[in-house]
Amino acid sequence: MRFQRRAAAIGLIAAGALLFSACGSDNNSGGGSAPQAAGVTCGGKQALKASGSTAQANAITGFVNTFEQTCNGQTVNYTASGSGAGVNDFTGGQTDFAGSDSALTAAQTPAAQQRCASTPLNLPMVFGPIAVAYNVAGVTDLALDGPTLAKVFNGTVKTWNDPAIVALNPGKNLPAAPIVVNFRSDNSGTTQNFQNYLNAASNNAYGKPAAQTFNGGVGAGAKGSQGVTDATKSTPNSIAYIEASFAQKAQLPTASIINAGGGQPVPLSTDNLGKAIDAVKVTGQGNDLTLDLTSIYKTTTPGAYPISLATYEIVCTKYADPQTGTAVKAFLQTALSPQAQGTLTQGGYVPIPDAFKQRLSTSVNAIS
Amino acid sequence: MGSVSEPQSPKASPASTGGAGERAFRWLTSGAGLVVVAAVVLIGVFLIVQAVPSLIANHANFFTSAQFNTGDANNLMFGIRDLLVVTLLSSLMALAIAMPVGLGIALFLTQYTPSRLARPFAFVIGVLAAVPSIVYGLWGILVLAPVIEPFAQFLQTYLGWFFLFSPGNISPVLTGTIFTAGIILAIMILPIITATTQEVFRQTPRFQIEAAQALGATRWEVIRMAVLPYGRSGFIAASMLGLGRALGETIAILLVIRASTSPSHGSLFDGGYTFASLIASAASEFSQPLPTGAYIAAGLVLFVLTFVVNAIARVVAGGKVNG
Repeated sequence: MRFQRRAAAIGLIAAGALLFSACGSDNNSGGGSAPQAAGVTCGGKQALKASGSTAQANAITGFVNTFEQTCNGQTVNYTASGSGAGVNDFTGGQTDFAGSDSALTAAQTPAAQQRCASTPLNLPMVFGPIAVAYNVAGVTDLALDGPTLAKVFNGTVKTWNDPAIVALNPGKNLPAAPIVVNFRSDNSGTTQNFQNYLNAASNNAYGKPAAQTFNGGVGAGAKGSQGVTDATKSTPNSIAYIEASFAQKAQLPTASIINAGGGQPVPLSTDNLGKAIDAVKVTGQGNDLTLDLTSIYKTTTPGAYPISLATYEIVCTKYADPQTGTAVKAFLQTALSPQAQGTLTQGGYVPIPDAFKQRLSTSVNAIS
Repeated sequence: MGSVSEPQSPKASPASTGGAGERAFRWLTSGAGLVVVAAVVLIGVFLIVQAVPSLIANHANFFTSAQFNTGDANNLMFGIRDLLVVTLLSSLMALAIAMPVGLGIALFLTQYTPSRLARPFAFVIGVLAAVPSIVYGLWGILVLAPVIEPFAQFLQTYLGWFFLFSPGNISPVLTGTIFTAGIILAIMILPIITATTQEVFRQTPRFQIEAAQALGATRWEVIRMAVLPYGRSGFIAASMLGLGRALGETIAILLVIRASTSPSHGSLFDGGYTFASLIASAASEFSQPLPTGAYIAAGLVLFVLTFVVNAIARVVAGGKVNG
């Protein structure tokens, strides 16, 4: 999954421009866009190795930039090889931590425990909103709820003027045209999270297994977030789930979602997703912060946007090599700093709200 | 070596001409030939070794199942039916377009154009062959697909009773279909067919052409009586080279054809995957041996398919080139 590769490129160019324009001034920040973070205890291993989720790759890039600015001479080499490979590399001892779209399963935990010789921690460090983007002529303020979305994406609701959609959008001019569902054809954490949402928010009326492949049984697939975005842009009367940043860049309208609490439709925004994250339930024990994502999908908090992707860093509580532990702690402290969090929005992610950040800080500071 | 006699005249039988250089050259050429065979055998062995464990673990019928579900390594369910349908439909459609056009271009370049014009023409066709397939893919889905959509709509509306033009499994989407991919593939294989065919036509013996002309044949009759019979097998061989390219085309197809969640209808307006595009779509997730083997098994079928196509081409061409 790609978050805003193009934006990253533009960012690089902008950074380069900054660098050139900064010639002559007393500016020692090499990357330009990544200021130093405060409150980080640097030190330990110089180059950490990590691999895993592609969904958080761009977030990690932002974190690493800040980390390099903050801790002189230290870096993290993150290989975006997919969540499964990331967990395998981590439990095999080839990497220092893993990025994963889901927490360790009961089957994976013993291997991770053995690799760490301590308790492995699942830390949800990166959240990304998933937008429901659509292309319907003349409609820019569509409102949908979980049960209706489930019916659209499993083919039960077939046309835009279906009573279920009309009931949520009184007075809007919805066409009698068939709904074209665009989905991701490649394996994707976005697809998995969105289907999890559909199942949770519709009380299983969606009725399809939530895998990394789309199982709704309708529509046409396209490769990658950009492919789905292009397809939605070019196909009239189509609808798709994509990472919010792609919808914004393509200027596709995104649906407001009525969450499980009922009430007003909630437009997609950083603040509105933050409200859902703040109210999230944690199922992990102690410093482990494994999330019950259902509590986001089925959030009843007024004004909370319920569709989100959460990706984890999987680390050890105590590393066999203290140098590694110190460096991992420094990196994650950097990631939680306001400077690193500030790099998230341009990658299409959501900065972690303060209340939840406190919990993450506590867990991170316990790493050694 | 054993020969003590003086070097003989060139008319002596090859067996009796000795010489270290002669033998060395023979070994070199045999070696070069063996490299090809070895490469094919090694690829075949690799595919079989990787595929067999997954085929044994497969819970669906490999040949008749339309699903390709490898998410759970303990419950692999994969079959190649739809892959075969999409691969063959797109490639054959490409061939159906590219063969007559390629033949036309080759005849135009060899029989109708003065050679000072033929050269730049051949150059332009060479450029077509050098365009990277990802560019074809992007151009196909972003530029070509919207342009031909009304035509596809027309075919579906008026010829929809014929299975090839019936509504596909990604209906009502008419852009990212096998139909679009077939046209892209046709453009991609056109230079291969044209270049080879043109060379063969150029080799038509002068005396045959002149004999036909002496009998009062028109230009078309010359082509029909001398050029086409002479170049037929070369043309077919060229087309098969093109077909091989079309069967194995990956990234352009991956970008153009939209995926579908329902089985193929056997229509040109279907979506789906070809063997190659399916493997490419999943290649970034090859971390576990069993699911990976499932894709390699699909690759094995493509390998065999290419073999069969080549064999058929040999038979059609009468086992000889320039017959």
